[in-house]
Amino acid sequence: MTEYNFAYLDEQTKRMIRRAILKGVAVPGYQVPFASREMPMPYGWGTGGVQVSAACLTPEDTLKVIDQGADDTTNAVSIRKFFEKTAQIAVTEKTAEATIIQTRHRIPETLLTEDQILVYQVPMPEPLRFLEPSEVETRKMHALQDYGLMHVKLYEDIARHGEIATAYSYPVMVEDRYVMSPSPIPKFDNPKLESAALQLFGAGREQRIYAVPPHTRVVSLDFEDHPFDPSKAPHPCALCGAEDTYLDEVITDDAGTRMFVCSDTDYCGARCEAAA
Amino acid sequence: MYVAVKGGERAIDNAHAWLAEDRRGDLGVAELSIAQIREQLALAVGRVMAEGSLYDPDLAALAIKQARGDLIEAVFLIRAYRTTLPRFGASHPVDTAAMACDRRISATFKDLPGGQILGPTFDYTHRLLDFTLAAEGLAPPAPPMAPPAEGDLPHVTGFLAREDLIQSNPDGPDTPRDLTREPLDFPADRPLRLQALARGDEGFVLSMAYSTQRGYGKNHPFVGELRIGSVPVEMDIPELGFAIELGEMVLTECETVNQFTGSKTEPPQFTRGYGLVFGQSERKAISMALVDRALRWEELGEDNEGAPAQDVEFVLYHADNVQATGFLEHIKLPHYVDFQSELELIRRLRAEAMQATRQEAAE
Repeated sequence: MTEYNFAYLDEQTKRMIRRAILKGVAVPGYQVPFASREMPMPYGWGTGGVQVSAACLTPEDTLKVIDQGADDTTNAVSIRKFFEKTAQIAVTEKTAEATIIQTRHRIPETLLTEDQILVYQVPMPEPLRFLEPSEVETRKMHALQDYGLMHVKLYEDIARHGEIATAYSYPVMVEDRYVMSPSPIPKFDNPKLESAALQLFGAGREQRIYAVPPHTRVVSLDFEDHPFDPSKAPHPCALCGAEDTYLDEVITDDAGTRMFVCSDTDYCGARCEAAA
Repeated sequence: MYVAVKGGERAIDNAHAWLAEDRRGDLGVAELSIAQIREQLALAVGRVMAEGSLYDPDLAALAIKQARGDLIEAVFLIRAYRTTLPRFGASHPVDTAAMACDRRISATFKDLPGGQILGPTFDYTHRLLDFTLAAEGLAPPAPPMAPPAEGDLPHVTGFLAREDLIQSNPDGPDTPRDLTREPLDFPADRPLRLQALARGDEGFVLSMAYSTQRGYGKNHPFVGELRIGSVPVEMDIPELGFAIELGEMVLTECETVNQFTGSKTEPPQFTRGYGLVFGQSERKAISMALVDRALRWEELGEDNEGAPAQDVEFVLYHADNVQATGFLEHIKLPHYVDFQSELELIRRLRAEAMQATRQEAAE
């Protein structure tokens, strides 16, 4: 493909995105507005993540793309093919071999290293959006560190349900300053947000980029008497036997028989191979 | 034994092949040409150019063909193409007073310099299916052509402005912000709002405008003038040191004359709403003018009634159909990780609730 620049975006656009990324790294958890471009896939399909990945990719990189923890889901395949075509880079399904991992809804089970970048696709970057619809207002709330509304919401959850009834997109506090949406990862993944890898979040439609630099403190919001609980299904993986991974529930027959298997297909596959 | 679902890649390739086959349809029926779409579906082409923010009738026609007539999909194709184009300069503002008008009407004056020109409009057609169109190959009789108007057609609002009866348009920045090169940011000034409305979804802008007519942010509009025609586009070429004409484009422009405001210091004056779109689309241009006027409540010192059309964040964040379609349809992508976490949560909450009920019953 010679009609397009390396990794699709022109160099000027990439520089603009890199400036936003650098600002995001300098102010962890702060949502940096950026001039998101129309991409050749629809908004909501990961245009923010794709732009961030495009701005980070070099010809030497090895890319892994996952959706719901799996490399073989259709949208992950589509994005991986897009970069194979426009950047001719190496791709992998192995978490440890990738230098850049683009993800939707999961953090890989394998711990990431300082040599890796994890790029999240973010549909709604604003953790306060469902409490306050106006962007002008929510930006003001972040500026003033005015998070009372969020704490009231969490408190009301406890009053009504006995626990915080948020199972994914569970809000976090970054370096004691900004409340941040971790994107729709299950709250099981929240502890992994404190990572050795650089984590970049791209929201294309909402035109925001934010970042969690390596070894940044990321605390899931909770109360002293209701501490954060990264829950998961109370089963081991039916394929690899792992007891510490996030599991997908699969219905296997018409009678509704269920089994639980690792959502991270690379992690599960590697464990099964090692056992065989 | 259960094996995790595989085959995403093959499924995508097969789906694309099927899509291509369906797009072509019955091979026994002649294929549509780009020129046929451009010439015979001109209003669809205009809409795709307007909402795609790219004036190129051939590309818009190609997008319509590729999108199987799904105009929002066609707009998306045009946008995704446009974003890769380099910018090599900006044209002069087009002069709509110099428009070669096919149509020019005013609802505020019975007659005016330059006259009312009805032009090619559906307005007074009876909406009866014309079965003669089903018989192909018949050329319609040529309409009698009047000689084109001499010189510029003055804008109707100009006559009102001469008597100071209508507010002048406040000067905007020399170079307006570019929505496609900067993130949307508030407060959004009028040029930026107009830009967003011009590429906004026709249906959305129409409904917003309609809501103001029904009382949600009422602003009593008259169509001062509506004109459709082609204007030359000029650009300064630094190497030459003067402007040259790049080509012509068809535009629809609507200026509304709205309810007056007055204050202790200012006598009552009419106010303005403005709409300008690529191609022939009066519905869009008029809608845009009404919504523009509704969004000006703050600068005109009007009350915020809490009407949707007065809420600049609401209008600007939801007018774009490519963004809206993408986000709406993305919920058909797999969400089973999030759903799984919700499943576990609801099972736990139900178990706790049922246990509490049992305990109460036991006590």
